Amino acid sequence: MTDTPLSLAEADSTLFTRLRRWWSGETANPVKRVQFDRPLTPWMFLLPQLAVVVIFFYWPSVQAVTSSFYLEDPFGFGATFVGLDNYTDALTSRGYMSTAAFTAFFCVVVTALSLGLGLLLAVKADKVIRGAETYKTLLISVYAIAPPVAGLIGMMFFDMHMGPFTQIAAWFGHDLRVGIDYWDTASALIVISVWKQIPYNFIFFLSGLQSVPVSVREAALIDAKSGWRRFCDITLPLLAPTAFFLLVINITYTMFDTFPIIDVIVKDKPANNPMTLVYKVYLDGFKGNDIGGSSAQSVILMVVVALLTVLQFRFLERRVHYG
Amino acid sequence: MQKIKPLDHLIVILGALFLCVPVVMALMSSTHAAIDIHSNGLYITPGSHGAETYTKVLTSRGGFTGDVTGLLMLTNSMVMGLGFAVGKIVLSMMAAYALVYFRFRFATLIFWAIFATLLLPLEVRIMPSYQVMSELHLLNTYTGLIVPLLASATGTFFFRQFFRSVPDELLEAARIDGAGPVKFFIDVLVPLSKTMMSAIFIIMFIYGWNQYLWPLLMTTDESFFTLMRGIKSILQVWVGSQIPDYNEAFALAVLAMVPPVAVVVIFQRMFIKGLTESDK
Repeated sequence: MTDTPLSLAEADSTLFTRLRRWWSGETANPVKRVQFDRPLTPWMFLLPQLAVVVIFFYWPSVQAVTSSFYLEDPFGFGATFVGLDNYTDALTSRGYMSTAAFTAFFCVVVTALSLGLGLLLAVKADKVIRGAETYKTLLISVYAIAPPVAGLIGMMFFDMHMGPFTQIAAWFGHDLRVGIDYWDTASALIVISVWKQIPYNFIFFLSGLQSVPVSVREAALIDAKSGWRRFCDITLPLLAPTAFFLLVINITYTMFDTFPIIDVIVKDKPANNPMTLVYKVYLDGFKGNDIGGSSAQSVILMVVVALLTVLQFRFLERRVHYG
Repeated sequence: MQKIKPLDHLIVILGALFLCVPVVMALMSSTHAAIDIHSNGLYITPGSHGAETYTKVLTSRGGFTGDVTGLLMLTNSMVMGLGFAVGKIVLSMMAAYALVYFRFRFATLIFWAIFATLLLPLEVRIMPSYQVMSELHLLNTYTGLIVPLLASATGTFFFRQFFRSVPDELLEAARIDGAGPVKFFIDVLVPLSKTMMSAIFIIMFIYGWNQYLWPLLMTTDESFFTLMRGIKSILQVWVGSQIPDYNEAFALAVLAMVPPVAVVVIFQRMFIKGLTESDK
């Protein structure tokens, strides 16, 4: 593969050289040996994308940052500048802290389970020969199901009157009350989120496994008799880049893409139910009309996500170089 | 090579069952009457009320969602999926072309400005985005549903990587033949990217079709409801009703999942290529 966009040389150059490059239009390592040299045509091609990005990305993002410093009147009669109050209010409130704690817990559990199960299934599906294609199709097909649909189906399975899981829990003497009991709801959210994410991890692990050269596999077969040893010494290190990439993706997934699942299960009734930070931003902003507080929470989340994404880019770069 | 181990098969089969049985049960239960589901639980065998339920969900007005029929929601979801996929491909191919094939002022600055959008998903700036949309009077329009979602640079990133792998000789040859930038783009690059475009199209169609939060905020007028938005409404109606319309909810879920699942299964190869090579 070619160079990545964020090459180290580019990132480490001084501010001055960078500014000069921006001005002159040259890059440290030009993308193409030959390029068109016209002043206006590139802008014509860039215009649609730039317009969308400026109007629908930068404008709202800037607005989020500014309104996080204001206390807005819920009825629209102006706003008062309150400095960092919204941030301190958010960070010191018990509700916010317990939501943050649950989000962290939720991330760890969902990521661990869906990565683990995805890896297990990929390793086994890679081994079977007879019917391999059918298994693959079955395991992948669920990928395309939307989170709210997953939430709806999950809700039926955890339904208090006729849900199969409620009945199974009843055999063990547990009265499963999803939507009412905190930990019952949390378990339902975890099961549904993991179920939805396994196919994604499976696809990436399987394609990672299948890109291992046959020669390496055969050499491993000769060197190590035990399958477990082969897995630990050969397969796992070779899959490490894929696993790390998936780790970041899965954390992002649990933080953001589980929103519909939570919305379907919790249904705007936060009473005694677990939720993630993103869901709280939505509830406080749209249901609670606390625009400043919600914006401050947005900004806090932006920082967290930006850090995660930078981590992912740094890693992507390594993967492309040595992959 | 290795021998076939029953344990491997067992684990894969259990995994496939865990993933697929809920979907099959949703499909089967949607063909039973609500009252049967209420008293007997979910079904794994087909029932006899399928035609009736689906006709009602697809065509009847004033059912669980008020004014909107399932057919209209299906159309809206289709508009959203296709519109998003096409828009994304057009915008990102053009932007990537400019970034890769031209030498111009501020190129690096523009590059970073576009790729910074990868840092923040829509969910974290949802409240201000809503305010911007209402200032622009784009609530309850297809433009409002589709265009703001195009702001992320995933597609641009992907096409940029692809264009860089295109041999330089092509451009040299085209220039010798006297082709200008527009001609080179349309006659050389677009045909060359066909496979990549289809792969990206599949991923983006699913992404657009499956949107939930954005349609939820952007549409209050029921004639713009997508299937995902319909799922939210069906649940809101549930509170207080005697026997919930389990069958209709399942039918709606089935409608919402059939198109994307079919796309993935039919174009499996291309889909996996698009997914694993575009990194998200």
